[in-house]
Amino acid sequence: MTALLELFGRLVVGWIEEVGRTSLFLADTVRSAARSLPRLRLVFQQMEFVGVRSVSVVVLTGTFTGMVLALQSYYGFRKFGAESLVGTTVALSMARELGPVLTSLMVTARAGSAIAAELGTMRVTEQIDALTVMAVDPIRYLVVPRILAGLLMVPVLCVISDFVGVAGGYFVGVKLLGINSGVYVANTIKYVELMDVFNGLVKAACFGLILTAIGCYKGFYASGGAHGVGRATTEAVVLASVLILISDYFLTAIMY
Amino acid sequence: MGCPIIEFVDVHKSFRNQKVLDGLNLRIPRSKTTVIIGRSGGGKSVTLKHMIGLMRPDLGQILVDGEDIAALDGEDLDRIRRRFGMLFQEGALFDSLTVADNVGFPLVEHTALGREEIRRRVSELLRTVGLPGVEEKMPAELSGGMRKRVGLARALILEPEIVLFDEPTSGLDPIMADAIDRLIRDTQAESGRTYVVISHDIRATFEIAHHIAMLYEGRIIAEGSPDEIRRNPNPILAQFLRGTADGPIQVQ
Repeated sequence: MTALLELFGRLVVGWIEEVGRTSLFLADTVRSAARSLPRLRLVFQQMEFVGVRSVSVVVLTGTFTGMVLALQSYYGFRKFGAESLVGTTVALSMARELGPVLTSLMVTARAGSAIAAELGTMRVTEQIDALTVMAVDPIRYLVVPRILAGLLMVPVLCVISDFVGVAGGYFVGVKLLGINSGVYVANTIKYVELMDVFNGLVKAACFGLILTAIGCYKGFYASGGAHGVGRATTEAVVLASVLILISDYFLTAIMY
Repeated sequence: MGCPIIEFVDVHKSFRNQKVLDGLNLRIPRSKTTVIIGRSGGGKSVTLKHMIGLMRPDLGQILVDGEDIAALDGEDLDRIRRRFGMLFQEGALFDSLTVADNVGFPLVEHTALGREEIRRRVSELLRTVGLPGVEEKMPAELSGGMRKRVGLARALILEPEIVLFDEPTSGLDPIMADAIDRLIRDTQAESGRTYVVISHDIRATFEIAHHIAMLYEGRIIAEGSPDEIRRNPNPILAQFLRGTADGPIQVQ
């Protein structure tokens, strides 16, 4: 019994420690960014890595998500003759929910993991110490550009995802399932408001912040050689994905 | 010794429950090469990291020209750090940058020099460390010894007053190790800078040191010129210099 309590206690203390360290890390980052902005070249490099190079994977997942949504909702709606609402369903689901969430999960898998692995390797090979020793703030040099890139580029990717999702839905709904094109487009425009898209983009920005911050944090405090870098990478992907899904609920609850 | 450039006053440091520095007192003489010897895992690296503020003591002071860096933060600590250069054990080169960008990195960050001038200085320093023409290579294409020499060039490019070396010859073949030792000796003699080297290579130590300090169980148990160290009767020091497993130092 005491052993169980002890284990529980250690888990809670460890968890609180982790939350504390993450908060300090974020506070450091904000302070660093506020004092002086990082070199633009570094930010652009990261925007290219996090954003531009994620386009293909986001286009693929977005398109097929829109397509399967159209297919599924068509089979459901056909039972009570509401096929004309397929377009609305696809567009609303993409803009509010699936665009931001799927985009961020894909970027987490692609860029969040790479950030954790890169910073982790820099940590265990003393490259981060080398920056510190050369009086270059590693938070400002490594972390701030990556987090800014996530904050800016995930919403952009989300717009792309929304767009190709809606296009994929249109293709399946109109071309394959034969819903009337005019009705499909009219219902989409009628029921989807700009606020829906906008709220989705706010979500995407939050998720972009989460996935880059977690990737940086896990990499920055990696220890224990190659094994440690591997562990940091896994933890970054799992933790960021879980936090994205949890915060998605709360963001939705606040927004709508 | 004159006025030391770096001084440790009663420095304590523990990790979890393990005491690494146990009331360390150490004075690093100015404009000389000091070698700190001791067993692997005996706190040499930790000592070096305290000198440049990569670690902070639990207790005690670390004075650089009389200023306690354990109490400094942010900008103030960076101001002190700009007086230092450091060569890391594996070189710690940035593997996303070319050799030239690595060596020129401190210049780009801390000076307003133009691209041409930086290139010129980098090439000159690379020639000094015996690596002409490697500017465009990536660190992954270099051997261990070459990486250390590039690391040395990067540590020297801002012409720091104090240069720290973390095991400069570990993991190198004897010939490359000797080449690095010579480089350390020659660049020190030429510049008159303060060098602090940590090492467990006895032969190299006597070759480059003006001053030697032996770190054992978190304290300095012997220090002095190479001759004084050779004559020192301390049995722990004697065993370490002999390099045998028999004696007061227990092998676990």
